[in-house]
Amino acid sequence: MRALVGRELRLALRHPADTLSAVLFFVLVAALFPFGVGPSPELLARLAPGALLASALLAALLPLDRLFGAEAEDGSLDQLLLSGLHPAAIAAAKALGHWCTTGIPLVLATPVAAAFLNLPIEAWGVAMLSLGLASAILSVFGAAGAALTLGARRGGVLLPLLVLPLAIPAVIFGAAAIEAAASGLEARPYLLLEAAILALAAPLAPLAAGAALRGD
Amino acid sequence: MENAPTQDAPRQPGAPTSLHRFANPGRFLRLTDNWLPWLAGAALLVLGSGVVWALLLAPPDWQQGETVRIMFVHVPMAWLAMGGYLGLAILSVMSLIWRHPLADLTARELAPVGAAVTALCLITGSLWGRPMWGTYWVWDARLTSVLVLFFLWLGHVALVRAFDDPERGARMGAILALVGVVNLPIVKFSVDWWNTLHQPASVTRLDAPAMHVDILYPLLWCTLGFSLAFAAVVLAATRAAVMERRVRALQMAAARRADAAPATLRGARA
Repeated sequence: MRALVGRELRLALRHPADTLSAVLFFVLVAALFPFGVGPSPELLARLAPGALLASALLAALLPLDRLFGAEAEDGSLDQLLLSGLHPAAIAAAKALGHWCTTGIPLVLATPVAAAFLNLPIEAWGVAMLSLGLASAILSVFGAAGAALTLGARRGGVLLPLLVLPLAIPAVIFGAAAIEAAASGLEARPYLLLEAAILALAAPLAPLAAGAALRGD
Repeated sequence: MENAPTQDAPRQPGAPTSLHRFANPGRFLRLTDNWLPWLAGAALLVLGSGVVWALLLAPPDWQQGETVRIMFVHVPMAWLAMGGYLGLAILSVMSLIWRHPLADLTARELAPVGAAVTALCLITGSLWGRPMWGTYWVWDARLTSVLVLFFLWLGHVALVRAFDDPERGARMGAILALVGVVNLPIVKFSVDWWNTLHQPASVTRLDAPAMHVDILYPLLWCTLGFSLAFAAVVLAATRAAVMERRVRALQMAAARRADAAPATLRGARA
């Protein structure tokens, strides 16, 4: 499983375009909000938590539909399934790989997007934490969604339909945490709730993904 | 060879009295052929009288006035949306464990009905919310979780139909349905966990329901009627699906025969 995660990371390092495009997408969407609602700083700061979360999740969705696609096409997914590794472990490794190659870069790009959106600087740390948790939640649900839609017609359209509703709680608590931090309140309870969702999803969603991978 | 099981159920010779008896699509068709008219008739009767009772005879509420009549549709739809999803989850378990072709078909046909019921629940709720709460929609915990339930239904409908191999579609839909079960307790308890706009449960409580029998009885009668109608629609759709698969199996067989015949002719000529 460690080898699989390592392989994901090496693949991402050799093809940095995917990671880069997700990060660029995130920053660009965040930069679109000021044009949409006008550059008034107070309004932007009010919108920032939700806008950050929503654009980060959309950006993290981008590479998901190819998560298993390439491997299913060249047959290495079948090899992996035959390797004796539990399918759930494969899915978990993939989710971890997705988070490392998409979630962490998004977290690193958060200050840029936060500056665009005029988020108070005291809230940046919480914003990075909250985005890290939210993207991890999206990674595990997304791995399950990608496994489910593997081989489906219009799989790329189906995937957001399946994954985004499940990510709503992450958006609610993630944005609440950033908002609390921005207005000088305690962000900890919201972050803990977000972490609780991750703690619940991280062991369960790979099971579903593994069952879907074994599927046929 | 996904059409093979439609001919007759994959039956175990030793266990004719178990639940697997009903796995036989042929027996299912014969049984429902007898039941369905009764079920549909009962649904029409109960629903027809329920509508008259709820819309004409039941008194208006002292606070909500005439808008309380929306509840006679809204509440049964909400219960059916959740009960139907529970049914979908049970069918999914059966489909994953026993590879039950009839459970697959029923789940496939149940999902659009469930999505429609959930949509009706949301629509009637927002129609009621406009005069009562002053808004069609708020991001209240109950409304949000029911919206997620609606997306889960739609996702199931789309996912099951997105595969060329219907069996794989059924498998994926079953897994999705089981993942979505986490949402059910959230829908149920959302009004207790978050103190937002939607009122807490007033019928299914441990003590007596918090409404007068003049409203409660027609509500329960309407619920019975809508449930019967729901079951009748799902059964009819499943029957149609079973027959559709049989027709396709026959057509495939005919096509294979037609395919084989010219080949032998060509072989004879050569």
